[in-house]
Amino acid sequence: MNFSETEIWTFVLVIISFGIYIYIGYMNRVRDTRGFYVAGQGVPAIANGAATAADWMSAASFISMAGLISTMGYDGAVYLMGWTGGYVLLAMLLAPYLRKFGKYTVPDFIGDRYYSKTARTVAAIAAIFVSFTYVAGQMRGVGIVFSRFVGIPIEWGVIIGMAIVAFFSVIGGMKGITWTQVAQYGVLILAYLIPSIAIAMILTGIPIPQMAFTFSDITQRLGTLQMDLGFKEYVQPFQGRSQLDILFITIALMVGTAGLPHVIVRFYTVPTVRSARYSAGWALLFIALLYTTAPAIAVFARYNLLTTLSGAEIQPDGSFTINPVPADELRAEHPWITKWETPGLLRLGEDLNGDGGVTVAPGNAFADKAKGDQVVPGEKGNEKGNEVYIDADIIVLSTPEVANLPPMIIGLVAAGGLAAALSTASGLLLVISSSISHDIYYRLINPKADEKRRLLVGRVMILIAVIIAGIFGIFPPAFVGEVVAFAFGLAAASFFPAIILGIFDKRSNNYGAIAGILIGLIFTITYIVLERFGGVDFKTMLGPVYVSSLGIGTVGSILNFAVMFIVSRSTAAPPQEIQDLVESVRIPRGAGEASAAH
Amino acid sequence: MDPEKAKAYWNKNITVISVFLGIWALVSYVFGILLVEPLSSFNIGSLPVGFWFAQQGSIYVFVVLIFVYAKVMDGVDKEFDVQE
Repeated sequence: MNFSETEIWTFVLVIISFGIYIYIGYMNRVRDTRGFYVAGQGVPAIANGAATAADWMSAASFISMAGLISTMGYDGAVYLMGWTGGYVLLAMLLAPYLRKFGKYTVPDFIGDRYYSKTARTVAAIAAIFVSFTYVAGQMRGVGIVFSRFVGIPIEWGVIIGMAIVAFFSVIGGMKGITWTQVAQYGVLILAYLIPSIAIAMILTGIPIPQMAFTFSDITQRLGTLQMDLGFKEYVQPFQGRSQLDILFITIALMVGTAGLPHVIVRFYTVPTVRSARYSAGWALLFIALLYTTAPAIAVFARYNLLTTLSGAEIQPDGSFTINPVPADELRAEHPWITKWETPGLLRLGEDLNGDGGVTVAPGNAFADKAKGDQVVPGEKGNEKGNEVYIDADIIVLSTPEVANLPPMIIGLVAAGGLAAALSTASGLLLVISSSISHDIYYRLINPKADEKRRLLVGRVMILIAVIIAGIFGIFPPAFVGEVVAFAFGLAAASFFPAIILGIFDKRSNNYGAIAGILIGLIFTITYIVLERFGGVDFKTMLGPVYVSSLGIGTVGSILNFAVMFIVSRSTAAPPQEIQDLVESVRIPRGAGEASAAH
Repeated sequence: MDPEKAKAYWNKNITVISVFLGIWALVSYVFGILLVEPLSSFNIGSLPVGFWFAQQGSIYVFVVLIFVYAKVMDGVDKEFDVQE
């Protein structure tokens, strides 16, 4: 077998980074449940911020988000605002009070606050479902990164990922996961920023991507080029979705972020209420480094791809001349085209409209993007004769080659993609393990279990969760593709209202919480299943008030709030000790002692 | 802790949160989505104002809001003597 320089660098960097994660996991092995579930509650605010950022940013954020934004234009803002705005809610409405509460899981808070085994069980099952949906996609992501950069089958990539995650999470629990995530954040942010800075410099002469995006004329140039090629103006809002839908999706993603158990639980690991607040700030700062770079990369890479593939050249007056270049000439001039054609991420079709070269236009060029190599004019709106297929993932993956960066950087991008997938997977697996071993086994089935036994059950559960997640990664079930709609919709419609009212409304009681969570969940699941799998056309049915399944969590959340408020007020007030618990979580002092006591 | 003082502390916290979440909603929902079209006649650098808030500005404001909130609450915690 012959390996290219790029493949050798990829092997070397991936092996070094995996070695670091295993070493960190081993050094942070734990011997008690407090270490296993909440890292001993001794993680400094800034380290927890980096761990949260790695926990949060998944393979999809790293590989796919910039590409999605580049095809959505303005509408891509739903992800940018939606996946950052939730941290403001976390910092002000959830994290400080949950840290004062000081126990191990989200179902712990729901179960104690609503003095109800039913509420605890519903919360634990919802946490397990949301986390499994999410983690299956991450394990698949590990396999995909391996197959794209190293050329091994996806299945083997998933198995390697499982082995690494199993090692540091079984022996290190939350403590091992936390410090591994800190290292993984470092790898993923370097891997994202270096190619971004390079391509910003090449295209605009300004090295800071955010500045290049805002102050150079590249976005205007892209807008002109898009219109010349028959696309819509890039910055024009509401092209793919209505204003109402954009608003509801943004709210659902923000509220869902603040309600996701694997994010919330990170704030249990810091020592004080004060550090929980700052930690949310650090987390968002670290996330913002990538999230404000992504829309810039989206514009740079799209501009570069469109000009290269369409043969467009900018004139001194800012207009474009378009001289289509034959596909073989493009392939000869830009070796990365063939490289990304092999896995099917890019595809140049035959010259169907007979203009002598490749035509880039809106619409699908291929009936089946994965297999077909026939250009199909008129297929799905392809009236303008589009002859290329560009996969969203190529925007990030091809940037280092397009910017002529050395093979080492391409290896670093592979390590970064793996870091993003592994860090998110490990955080989710811990939530699954703690929901089963702590919330269900210890709190509901066997409250007499001693410390040693609980720790053992925790370790075994995380191992089982890794194996199940890996199987889902190798044989992805249909719902994995709908991760975003399900995970965020369900978190927004179930956990968020129950936690917020649990802190801010003393009058909320067990009946209200159970009714609210159930109605919120049933409504949201039904809508998503009917639209995505049941073929129900809500868009035609609802007309101007249509909200897509991505945004329906907002409605589910409002329903949950309303039901919980009304039912709580028409039934008995919670007992005095619960009202005292609410009083106590509102006061910062005592978070350290409260957690030392149990 | 004295219930009156606890109540006063909590009310102060809610006032602070209301102001900050007001700014949070203004930059994202109002500038970034609801007013994006009217605001597009003005530019920040070479980007329309609404587009800039939707893809850049709101995220910067979010980061600043959290740190300022944490800082303000440090003062409030001390004022009511509930800090750790």
